[in-house]
Amino acid sequence: MTTANPTYRLELTSSPHVHSRWSTRQAMWLVILSLLPPLAAALVFYGIYQLLVIFVSVIFCVGTEVLIKLIRKREITVKDGSAVITGLLLALTLPPNFSLIFTAIGGIFAIAIGKEIFGGLGYNIFNPALVGRAFLQAAFPVAMTTWTIPNFSDAVSKATPLSSLKFDGILTALEPMFVGNIGGSLGETSAFAVLIGGLFLLVLGVANWRIPLSMFFGVLVFGSIFWFINPVKYPTPFFHLFAGSFMFGAFFMATDWVTSPLTGKGMWIFGLGISLVVVVIRIFGGLPEGVMYGILLMNAFVPIINRYTKPKVFGEIK
Amino acid sequence: MKKKVTVSQDFLKGIWEINPVFKQLLGLCPTLAVTVSAINGIAMALATTFVLIFSSLIISSVRKLIPTQVRIASYIVVIATFVTIVDLVMKARFPELSKSLGPFIPLIVVNCLILGRQEAFSSKNNPFRSFIDAAGNGLGFLAVLFVLGSIREIFGSKSILGIQILPDTFEPWIIMILPAGAFLTLGLLLGLSNTLTERSKRLKRETILRQHNIKRKALEENFGKKS
Repeated sequence: MTTANPTYRLELTSSPHVHSRWSTRQAMWLVILSLLPPLAAALVFYGIYQLLVIFVSVIFCVGTEVLIKLIRKREITVKDGSAVITGLLLALTLPPNFSLIFTAIGGIFAIAIGKEIFGGLGYNIFNPALVGRAFLQAAFPVAMTTWTIPNFSDAVSKATPLSSLKFDGILTALEPMFVGNIGGSLGETSAFAVLIGGLFLLVLGVANWRIPLSMFFGVLVFGSIFWFINPVKYPTPFFHLFAGSFMFGAFFMATDWVTSPLTGKGMWIFGLGISLVVVVIRIFGGLPEGVMYGILLMNAFVPIINRYTKPKVFGEIK
Repeated sequence: MKKKVTVSQDFLKGIWEINPVFKQLLGLCPTLAVTVSAINGIAMALATTFVLIFSSLIISSVRKLIPTQVRIASYIVVIATFVTIVDLVMKARFPELSKSLGPFIPLIVVNCLILGRQEAFSSKNNPFRSFIDAAGNGLGFLAVLFVLGSIREIFGSKSILGIQILPDTFEPWIIMILPAGAFLTLGLLLGLSNTLTERSKRLKRETILRQHNIKRKALEENFGKKS
């Protein structure tokens, strides 16, 4: 009888075959860790109630995943932490003081329709947290655009910098936008906090640096084009960079392993595409913010990007 | 050898087996566009059924006179006649309903469900069977539109057929009365119907297999006794 040599075991798994230094489980917990700075900023600026929203969101995401796995009689894979991340990300994209019932609906939808209907983690086309948010945005448009004044602000306007620019033509200064003393969704207020969490991810190699970098580059280029055309009417490119959920989306949403391209070149196309959609929606669209739609739209293009940026096989002759 | 199809099979197959929306995926435009409420769905389905039944009758009666090369154009002429009747009657009798259905009543002319039934069934069968087939398909269409419209109306405006059934505290999901809600609901319903079909197929296969095994066992036992 021959014994199989464990070092030469043939592994048959789906791509990618090149492994990173983190296992899925480790990486997921690192992502959760990196979400702590934006989360802390949300609590500081909008109060302790937001913790409840985050808690409800996570509970319902995890609960939905367990329930669906039980119904489909599959292995329960909650331990990999992906449902927890979806819950956290979803909660951080919601406006402050959001209704808990709506949060729960969003969580259920994000996991059930955004992920499990495609077969679970690794098979979903769209970022589940953004699917949940898109659903909430379409289902409860009023609640989703009711902004609260942050704790340390002397502002009277409840609007976000983007909506005040779009509807009233007021340009917010960059400094409060960087610190986070502005109206906006929970996780996106403080560009500084997002930057800390995001850089943590990049340094550890959990998220690929090409996607955020290409998005920043893209938004600066496309923003500059409009700014040079008419500096009075259009905001500066740096405003685009710090406004709304751009930073948050670039670091935490677009870099999702499952829904971003596999190749370096593909990631550049992906990031530039998102930033183009963002700038176009912000400037020409009916909505003040377009990061969510930009990322979802480019998520849909990921398979085709992967196909056309396939690296050449060594020695291949065309 | 041709399988004998009974009249009831002709009728019933349109409701589930070859349901226009769930199985043939035809007539999706009106299905998605007008099912904001249950009543709209019913009205749309009834109008379509009327056109379907009468054009099936006419087309199958003259099926041998229509040259194959111009059959589509001929079908369209017949269908358009009945659509005009429906459109004018609705405008006269139910002006509000006609307004809420908007351009989708005239668009029944190009509804692929109707053209599909003419091409697949009426052009090959006698008027009576075509009538039964059209009625079955119409009923299947009506069922789907009613279910879809009800779901969207319940979540989108808290009521069904205009009667409020959900409490006031329920915040209506605006997405359900938007096109996105139509796509979502239809997609989920399609998934559900496919799951049910798969399950019934599997059950059928299993029962056949079980019967086969029982028979074989009996045969083997008999064989053992004899020898």
